[in-house]
Amino acid sequence: MSSIEEKVIEIIMEQLDVTKEECVPEAAFIDDLGADSLDIVELVMAMEENFAIEISDDELMKIRTIQDVIDFIKKKRGTLN
Amino acid sequence: MNLEGKVALVTGGSRGIGRAISMRLAKDGAHVFVNYARNEKAAEETLRMILEQGGSGEVFPFDVSNYKSVQEAAGAIVKKKGRLDILVNNAGVSVDGLIAMMKEEDWDRVIANNLKGVFNCCRAVVRQMIRQHGGRIVNISSVVAATGNAGQVNYSASKAGVEGLTKSMARELGSRNICINAVAPGFIETDMTAFLKEDEREKVKSQIPLERLGTPEDVAGVVRFLVSEEAGYLTGQVIHVNGGLYM
Repeated sequence: MSSIEEKVIEIIMEQLDVTKEECVPEAAFIDDLGADSLDIVELVMAMEENFAIEISDDELMKIRTIQDVIDFIKKKRGTLN
Repeated sequence: MNLEGKVALVTGGSRGIGRAISMRLAKDGAHVFVNYARNEKAAEETLRMILEQGGSGEVFPFDVSNYKSVQEAAGAIVKKKGRLDILVNNAGVSVDGLIAMMKEEDWDRVIANNLKGVFNCCRAVVRQMIRQHGGRIVNISSVVAATGNAGQVNYSASKAGVEGLTKSMARELGSRNICINAVAPGFIETDMTAFLKEDEREKVKSQIPLERLGTPEDVAGVVRFLVSEEAGYLTGQVIHVNGGLYM
């Protein structure tokens, strides 16, 4: 697991108070991890700060799963192949 | 002095109720950004009065009806001070007239400043307050939001809108320890009511149990309470400050 994935999951675990086992890439924030839409806003803000990126409001609306977040970060940092 | 360390933004802080609020928050230790749109002289005077009483603050001109300007302003405040604890949406205009003759731009201007302006400012500060897991927002409404007032279709609509916005925001953000309330002043001695003729003034007074118009300080005192620790369980409310004019 790359360090981006590790960091993302660490942030999610802290923000949503969930276990590492629950944080599989396909986990959906609202349906599986018990987040509400405000949690997602907060999560995205934490990601922006931690990875020095900006996620637009339109992009935010598309985020459903942990994998979506990981993909966004990789894309923004230019490391998605 | 328990607003020590807090950063506050008061829109329309240059005169009237906004000036009294700015001074009161600064008196109790907050660093107050006194926003104004046009009246630089009045804003500088408010700042001078703040500094004279030993307080801390600065003037900050921007137009609340301009979404982008407000975003930039809020960003600048957070960049400079690292936090934003209190927002008082006080900036407001009135362009009175009967609806039968009201121009479209008279409606638009009042809605843009009084309602959209409140949305713009709330929108601009809310993420920072979420990050902080805490914040206080006070929106200045008006007694006419509840009662209506002939000649103020636009003004009363804008304020009634602010009250709806206040309640919805309170529901959305309570989980992040952000309290949002509205204060609805009655008739207060400011530039906005200075035009009242003597007989109109007496007519108004006769409807007020406390037999006087309010002062800006009467309103500022309630705003001060709403941003205090003691008001930590008070959110989504409209507090009427009107000498009993409306109950």
